[in-house]
Amino acid sequence: MNQAKHFHDESGYRENRLLEIEGLTKHFPIRKGLLGKTVGHVHAVDDVSLAINRGETVGLVGESGCGKSTVGRCILKLYEPTNGKICYKGKDIEGLDKRNVVHFRSKIQMIFQDPYASLNPRMRVRDIIGEAIRVHRLADRHTWKERVAQLLDDVGLQADHMVRYPHEFSGGQRQRIGIARALAMMPELIVADEPVSALDVSIQAQILNLLDRLKEKFDLSYLVIAHDLAVVEHIADRIAVMYLGNLVELASDRDLYLDPKHPYTRALMDAIPKAEAGARRKKRRFLQGDVPSPITPPPGCRFHTRCPEAKEMCKKQVPILRLIGDRHWVRCHLYD
Amino acid sequence: MTATAVYATPRRQTNRIRAILRKAWHLRLGVVGGLIIFAMLLVAFGVQWITPHDPYEQNIMQRLLPPCWMEGGVSSHILGTDHVGRDLLSRILYGTRISLVVGLSAVVLQIVIGVFLGLLAGYYGGKVDSIISFMVNVMMGFPFILLAISLIAVLGPSLQNIVIALGCTGWPVFTRVTRVETIKLKEREFVLAAVSQAFSTLRILIRHILPNLLPSILVLGTVEVARAIIRESLLSFLGLGIQPPTPSWGMMLAEGRDYMLMEWWLAAFPGLAIFLSALGINLLGDALRDVTDPHTRKD
Repeated sequence: MNQAKHFHDESGYRENRLLEIEGLTKHFPIRKGLLGKTVGHVHAVDDVSLAINRGETVGLVGESGCGKSTVGRCILKLYEPTNGKICYKGKDIEGLDKRNVVHFRSKIQMIFQDPYASLNPRMRVRDIIGEAIRVHRLADRHTWKERVAQLLDDVGLQADHMVRYPHEFSGGQRQRIGIARALAMMPELIVADEPVSALDVSIQAQILNLLDRLKEKFDLSYLVIAHDLAVVEHIADRIAVMYLGNLVELASDRDLYLDPKHPYTRALMDAIPKAEAGARRKKRRFLQGDVPSPITPPPGCRFHTRCPEAKEMCKKQVPILRLIGDRHWVRCHLYD
Repeated sequence: MTATAVYATPRRQTNRIRAILRKAWHLRLGVVGGLIIFAMLLVAFGVQWITPHDPYEQNIMQRLLPPCWMEGGVSSHILGTDHVGRDLLSRILYGTRISLVVGLSAVVLQIVIGVFLGLLAGYYGGKVDSIISFMVNVMMGFPFILLAISLIAVLGPSLQNIVIALGCTGWPVFTRVTRVETIKLKEREFVLAAVSQAFSTLRILIRHILPNLLPSILVLGTVEVARAIIRESLLSFLGLGIQPPTPSWGMMLAEGRDYMLMEWWLAAFPGLAIFLSALGINLLGDALRDVTDPHTRKD
């Protein structure tokens, strides 16, 4: 926990902090048999610390199953963390009373991955977007429809789409409806869990641009979760890389792209398809093997089983997250 | 579809009729089912005006008459008469009322109990789920007939008590379906979105989960109406249901049993009535599922 504390003293951004995650750990019990005896745990997230500042877009990247979505869902209080602390504007989000939970939830909203599963198929668009407005009295009883029309306009849809059902829209349009629904709560932070990975490539850029525009307009901050570095590259100011429940590298967008430190980050970079002239082509390295099971994560550095630079020490000793440059953090023995 | 829409303006009226006909053809089996149910409803409401005879009127001189088209049949008794000379057709028509009332009310009771418990078990999980699932398993493992007999024995045979007995024994299927669907639905992203928008659990269950359960409940419900009608017949057949002389299909089947070899119509026609009503309800249920599912609905 020592390193986490150290980590947060890192800069003078304190007053700008929107969200602080400290030592977040989430283990899912595996139950077996009639009595539901716990036979093990899935170590989905282990000791992740991360902060998001006002107006910032943080990217959270990693292979599927590395725990990045779990982090997002813990932030939204959809999951109860096993350990660690999540503070929103300096206030611990655990143990909020009922009224404060409503307030907190209105400030952090989520955009989901699958635009086909994220909209209730039996509700019209005006109810999907307007339900929060009516339930939480975010608009007058007579003007809520105008508010919905306004939100539809904000995300690039038309007001007459209100009376339709979700199945009448394309994937990209549905994702816009999901964004409008999140905006209806007037949030300050939006957690976007793989916001474009289910969409056609041609639509992806549209949605990412929309997110960028909305950020300006509504003074938002984002946590963008993605498995694809190329997606995050477009919009993130800082990028966090996760591997098997651990945060392995955290740096500004530029630093991470120009000078990736962790062997895992480098492998991810090499995996991005690039058009390069033949003469400048570097040797690319791709990872071998599969991600180990999160039920029994490898001892020492969790990446040592696939790391091209693994040493004897990596198998035994767990590396800690170290500061090695200007706000550049890495969890690797190479930089001890 | 598009082609007709283009030419729709000048002859809107005819096209509208055509569209309805096309839809009806698409759901033709459902239409057949609907017509059967509609006929049953008409009979149930207007039975006192359409029956040729009083269903309770006995006439020993004319007992065990065959249907009118057979040798010895009388044109005034279209389906013949039973062992005390009551008109079979009139009794079958009156039986419709009993069957519909029992079938529908029993299933409404089943749905109220079953869906409520299923939502609780599926949404809360853990201990609540364990207890409710245990109850379901006990109920499913217990022979229906035994349970219904004990209930009727305690409550006494009457129309109301048959409904209670059928309702209290039939709900586990609804709990099972509701529970499984709820478990699936609560992990769906639109439910997570509702949670993250700070809606109350009650609102999430009623506005977000329940409407998405309706197609399954509707389809299961229609099948269960048919089943409840059959079970009512079964109870009446055993003498635990509707008490004579009130006409019930099951009881008529039981009375006809003794004459099955020679006077087969006494058992065959009530049996046919049970079969037709169950078939009609099932066909209608299938069509209803297609219509209510927004994915297949075309406006």
